[in-house]
Amino acid sequence: MFQYLLRRTVTLVITLLGIMVVTFFISLVIPVDPLASIAGPQAPQETVERLRELYGFDQPVYVQFGRYMNRLFHGDLGTSFQTGRPVLDDILHYFPATIELATVALVISILVGIPLGVLSAVYRNSSIDHFSRILSLIGVSMPVFWLGLVLLLIFYFKLGWFPEPGRLDIMLIEPPRVTGILLIDSLLARDLEVFWDALKHMALPAAVLGLYGLAGIARIVRSSMLDVLSAEYIKTARIKGLNEFLVLTRHALRNALIPAVTVIGLTYGGLLEGSVLTETIFAWPGLGRYLATAFLTLDLNAVVGGTMLVALTYCLVNLAVDLVYAFLNPKITLAEE
Amino acid sequence: MSTTRVIDKAEARRRRREARVQYLRDSFVLWRRNHLMVVGTAILVFLLLVAAFAPLIATHDPYAQTLADRLQPPSMQHFFGTDSLGRDIYSRVIYGSRVTLAIAFLVAVISTPLGMAIGVVSGYFGRATDEILMRLSDIFLAFPKLILAIAFAAALGPGVENAIVAIAVANWPSYARLARAETLAVRNNDYIQVIRSMGASNLRIMVGHITPMCLSSIIVRLSLDMGTIILTAAGLGFLGLGAQPPMPEWGLMVSDGRQFLVDQWWVSTLPGVAILIVVMGFNLVGDGIRDILDPHQRQS
Repeated sequence: MFQYLLRRTVTLVITLLGIMVVTFFISLVIPVDPLASIAGPQAPQETVERLRELYGFDQPVYVQFGRYMNRLFHGDLGTSFQTGRPVLDDILHYFPATIELATVALVISILVGIPLGVLSAVYRNSSIDHFSRILSLIGVSMPVFWLGLVLLLIFYFKLGWFPEPGRLDIMLIEPPRVTGILLIDSLLARDLEVFWDALKHMALPAAVLGLYGLAGIARIVRSSMLDVLSAEYIKTARIKGLNEFLVLTRHALRNALIPAVTVIGLTYGGLLEGSVLTETIFAWPGLGRYLATAFLTLDLNAVVGGTMLVALTYCLVNLAVDLVYAFLNPKITLAEE
Repeated sequence: MSTTRVIDKAEARRRRREARVQYLRDSFVLWRRNHLMVVGTAILVFLLLVAAFAPLIATHDPYAQTLADRLQPPSMQHFFGTDSLGRDIYSRVIYGSRVTLAIAFLVAVISTPLGMAIGVVSGYFGRATDEILMRLSDIFLAFPKLILAIAFAAALGPGVENAIVAIAVANWPSYARLARAETLAVRNNDYIQVIRSMGASNLRIMVGHITPMCLSSIIVRLSLDMGTIILTAAGLGFLGLGAQPPMPEWGLMVSDGRQFLVDQWWVSTLPGVAILIVVMGFNLVGDGIRDILDPHQRQS
């Protein structure tokens, strides 16, 4: 176990170095002259040259690369051209909102996806099975940005059941920032009004991402449940007269959930990337929207920093999934290959 | 005395053809039994027909602006209404099928050969080559695909060609992984040894004898990925990093209609329905192809 962890950590570090190289490459090919956006179009040639020296753009690529890596190792991601703040501060400011949204969406997709998958397998080819399969199909096939717009149109503009896009009503005062996750902070501040409002604001974007997430989960639970239900030991459990509910939950579901763990992990990664589109539509002040604007305005440091953080989170989630998987399934030896 | 039966070449060829015909016939039966796949195929055939005959099906020029007719609701004149520049949305959706098909096709044509070449080389030579190439693919796999595609699209500059390259760059590693695994499985087979002893070069072995073995699993994987590729392209268009106006790209059209969502719902929502249906078609067919090629299914 220890050895496995060590090996995974080493691979993770190598991958992270690779990620830094790739993001550096991305920043290198960005066609816009970053100086033009700092100095402004009217700046005299002299100023531009001074800036070029100041930022080190006059140096050869390998020197720039060395400086870039050096900065990263000191935790310096540079300054965002757009907000004028250090990128690291920006990211720490926006990231909790994304985590909050993705986590709530994941909870929705697990709470709906697993029962749906189980029902689908138990009542195979029944109407509930068809319903769940069609829902999954729509979930994976639908553009999230389109569903977001449709839900906004129906539930906000036409019916008025849910509040406007954003994270909180503008009339409400944000609770003191402890975790940056509004649902937790408002509870810590004992402010139920804010909690309720935050929950309502989250409903639509979380539903959009949740539908996307539950599709994959329901699918894998259905197929692994079908495999497990035909196993001998399930027959034994039934023959010995165990009631059906216990057979399903205690014997079948437990084993069927093992493959679901991997998919749940992947789904979390998918929700993080889906947040770029969803947050743009729901004006959600998270990392996804920050990244989308950074990409559009070619805010170099923000692009590099944000992309790196997303990739890092993605790697850590994958590592966590592998560990949980090994923990749940004793058949898998961690020595691998 | 030899008991080996000598089969002449013509006979061998005939048997091989028979086996192939039988295989296709089985596939057809499996296809017809899978209702969802039939629906998916119908959607894709429809899409191909629409793209091929777009000029005949469209009622208006997709680029023609008639400012007097801007933001008209759906009617007999304009089936899906008109957008903010008075362009006919129905005709634009029809022409958009060409854009979508072209993007999906080009991404497939760029990313699969690239991934396959890297995977086969990696698996065939092993050792350091393998280590380097696979670490490289690990790095690309460490990014969520959409984020990587967005990053490359932004870096290369907005535009549909760059979006295609960006999506292809984000997609090759999974094909490389798959091709490598298949290569490892056949690399040490006797037939490869025989071919090598006959003096075939490494390149010839890789291209002529290993790559064909990878094809079927790559095709399955590609057909399952098709839907995601189209969704990514539409997402890039929506964010303004893919196709640029005035191109009738569906994602871009959804984005264009956002500001008119409240009073002119059709501008934004109808092109989105087109994306949904097409991606659904690709997903149904992809699932179906996987099932048909699955040997377990074949036996029943």
